[in-house]
Amino acid sequence: MARNARAKSAEPPVPNRERPGEPQPYQASRDELLQFYKDMLLIRRFEEKAGQLYGLGLIGGFCHLYIGQEAVAVGLQSALTEKDSVITGYRDHGHMLLCRIPPKDVMAELTGRQAGISKGKGGSMHMFSVEHKFYGGHGIVGAQVSLGAGLGFSHKYNNDGGVCLAYFGDGAANQGQVYEAFNMAELWKLPIIFVIENNQYAMGTSVNRASSEDQLYRRGESFRIPGIQVDGMDVLAARGAAEEALAWVRAGKGPVILEMKTYRYRGHSMSDPAKYRSREEVQAVRDKSDPIEHVKKLLDAKGVKEDELKAIEAEIRKVVNESADFAESTPEPDPKELYTDVLVEKY
Amino acid sequence: MAIDIKMPALSPTMEEGTLAKWLVKEGDTVKSGDIMAEIETDKATMEFEAVDEGTVGKILVAEGTDNVKVGTVIMQLQGEGEEAGSADKAPAETKDDTPEPKAKADAKKDDGVEDSAHPAQEKVETGARQMFEAAKHDAQVADPAIPEGTEMVKTTVREALRDAMAEEMRADERVFVMGEEVAQYQGAYKVTQGLLDEFGDKRVIDTPITEYGFAGVGTGAAMGGLRPIVEFMTFNFAMQAIDHIVNSAAKTNYMSGGQMRCPIVFRGPNGAASRVGAQHSQNYGPWYASVPGLIVIAPYDAADAKGLLKAAIRSTDPVVFLENELLYGRSFDVPKLDDWVLPIGKARIMREGKDVTIVSYSIGVGLALEAADKLAEEGIDAEVIDLRTLRPLDKDTVLKSLAKTNRVVVAEEGWPTCSIASEIVSTCMEEGFDDLDAPVIRVCNEDVPLPYAANLEKLALISSDKIVAGVKKVVYKK
Repeated sequence: MARNARAKSAEPPVPNRERPGEPQPYQASRDELLQFYKDMLLIRRFEEKAGQLYGLGLIGGFCHLYIGQEAVAVGLQSALTEKDSVITGYRDHGHMLLCRIPPKDVMAELTGRQAGISKGKGGSMHMFSVEHKFYGGHGIVGAQVSLGAGLGFSHKYNNDGGVCLAYFGDGAANQGQVYEAFNMAELWKLPIIFVIENNQYAMGTSVNRASSEDQLYRRGESFRIPGIQVDGMDVLAARGAAEEALAWVRAGKGPVILEMKTYRYRGHSMSDPAKYRSREEVQAVRDKSDPIEHVKKLLDAKGVKEDELKAIEAEIRKVVNESADFAESTPEPDPKELYTDVLVEKY
Repeated sequence: MAIDIKMPALSPTMEEGTLAKWLVKEGDTVKSGDIMAEIETDKATMEFEAVDEGTVGKILVAEGTDNVKVGTVIMQLQGEGEEAGSADKAPAETKDDTPEPKAKADAKKDDGVEDSAHPAQEKVETGARQMFEAAKHDAQVADPAIPEGTEMVKTTVREALRDAMAEEMRADERVFVMGEEVAQYQGAYKVTQGLLDEFGDKRVIDTPITEYGFAGVGTGAAMGGLRPIVEFMTFNFAMQAIDHIVNSAAKTNYMSGGQMRCPIVFRGPNGAASRVGAQHSQNYGPWYASVPGLIVIAPYDAADAKGLLKAAIRSTDPVVFLENELLYGRSFDVPKLDDWVLPIGKARIMREGKDVTIVSYSIGVGLALEAADKLAEEGIDAEVIDLRTLRPLDKDTVLKSLAKTNRVVVAEEGWPTCSIASEIVSTCMEEGFDDLDAPVIRVCNEDVPLPYAANLEKLALISSDKIVAGVKKVVYKK
């Protein structure tokens, strides 16, 4: 009781401005819950396969896996409509799959093939699909935040009712341009949700070693942008937060910040020796907070049988294996592609 | 003790103005800070403050007088014990080191951010002024893109740029302008004057001072299907935003396998202005021209400014459009056509000649034309090429001219190292070696940060005399 009271007094004073409602866990139907499960499992198996292919030398360069963070993107993007746009940094495979970009197009890009979503010219960090309203896939930490504000600007300019979901990490949250974008987004009431995927480590630097204010949802306070801290390991909490945030933004009240507390199981990239945290720490999160195991329990409570889940697992493994086989066997770009797409027009 | 009060300059390039109104009359006492007069130019109105205490003596220039040269004595201020109107009796007492009255620009002033409070001064012969003066040279060869018999209208570069934006905004709803002071202030250099009135604040958008951020917002908006024109108050400030220009805008189409476009124009003044020092005087042409995925344009005259900016706005590719502050107020002929659009990537022969080719762009073209006039007096017939677009570079026009004259000098207002001039030298070596009768010479600014002092600035900047000297080297003439 006393502890509670102290914790309360450390909270900022009650704001005198309107705020979005306190998000409630989403009440998912059986089918919705199954879809969440499928989507999270697709990302996890896809990423595990990508890790394997990287180990075999089929994927080169930088490759950042989303394993452990699945509930964030699945919960948030399940609330989007076709009008909305998504932009993120370089840990982007999962977000793309949720934009319903075919897994084989993504995997073939990872292996650098002509059939990849960017014709093999982008790679893991630089993938885009205007058709699916996925605007990257950006390799410069924080760039997607002001670009996302620009997408929000275009939604507003065109009055198309869309909202931009702009993801960035706890590391990017310290970049200067993030605050330039915050300022303009609130000033112009742009329809954008800033999603801070706080996976605790910016490469090897933990949040509290890099951030003077480590409660990242408060980072919008000086711009009057409301922030909400969300359990990013819980897909229902993520979806519930998305509902409140979207209601706020779609009502023309300007941007919202969602700080999603999450955790990545793998290294920052494939080449990360992960000396900055113990194996026990990672294992503890896996054991206690795994987002997929969490949904499995919820499904069990709803009476979904193990057989049904096994069938889903088998189907997903099939899709992922097919995409990997395709990505290995489909040809590399034609050498002529070296010179295409530099400019659109001829001069 | 009478003090001569002189016509002040609103900006380093102002030569004359209108003495719009006297706010004092002979016999009035004034003290420091009192507003004595209003001065106007075509671009701005300024209140003219007293610095010294005294009595207004003789008013030598009546209000409403146009074309009053900067530095003209417009009034005499009497110290204690002197009578109004008696200044002419005591010329010997006039101080040599007259304290200059302080000029304070009002909110309507427009001649640049740093120009707001220049004390009235004698015309200083600076390097920038030399460039400004040379920028009155017109092309001596008609642009083949202009139909014969087209009516020509004298237009400033500033107006030409504005007209280009306004025409394209009328034609395409997706086009909008954003930047610092582009809307309510009407542009830090008045290039966006009138756009807010016509198009409203949805399409003419004042941004906070936040170059990295708004360059990103503009780029994201272009990715989202709009056609932004992002104005940088000067390209010096765009260094804070260069990540989005290079990493976000230029590379997107390639990295997406050709499916994500970024049709954006980044524009603003580039290069040295007058006496603004090292951090505000830099030519970014070579920087951006080195980046695949960008179009880089740097026009000289008003017709090109208009025709090329319209082309830039219509282009599906990201364009860096480099203007020049010293050229903004210069007037040139612009063809009176419904839709004057020039092709990107085509250089222009500004003057035909047979002895040597001078390749230049932007403000360097004026100097090159001036140098050509000087050379003509010595019997050297120079051809002058304006590159107009720096990327893609029109090598053909340069190489054809080289084949004709066999000698090339590149004149560039910018540093020599890793410059556009260096690029032209390489092109001539690699693709025109057999036509060369002499080494290709770079005539550029000195390889130092631009100094402030007038004499040093003049030494550092390119001039027509330096171009003449360069040409003489390649024609082996002293």
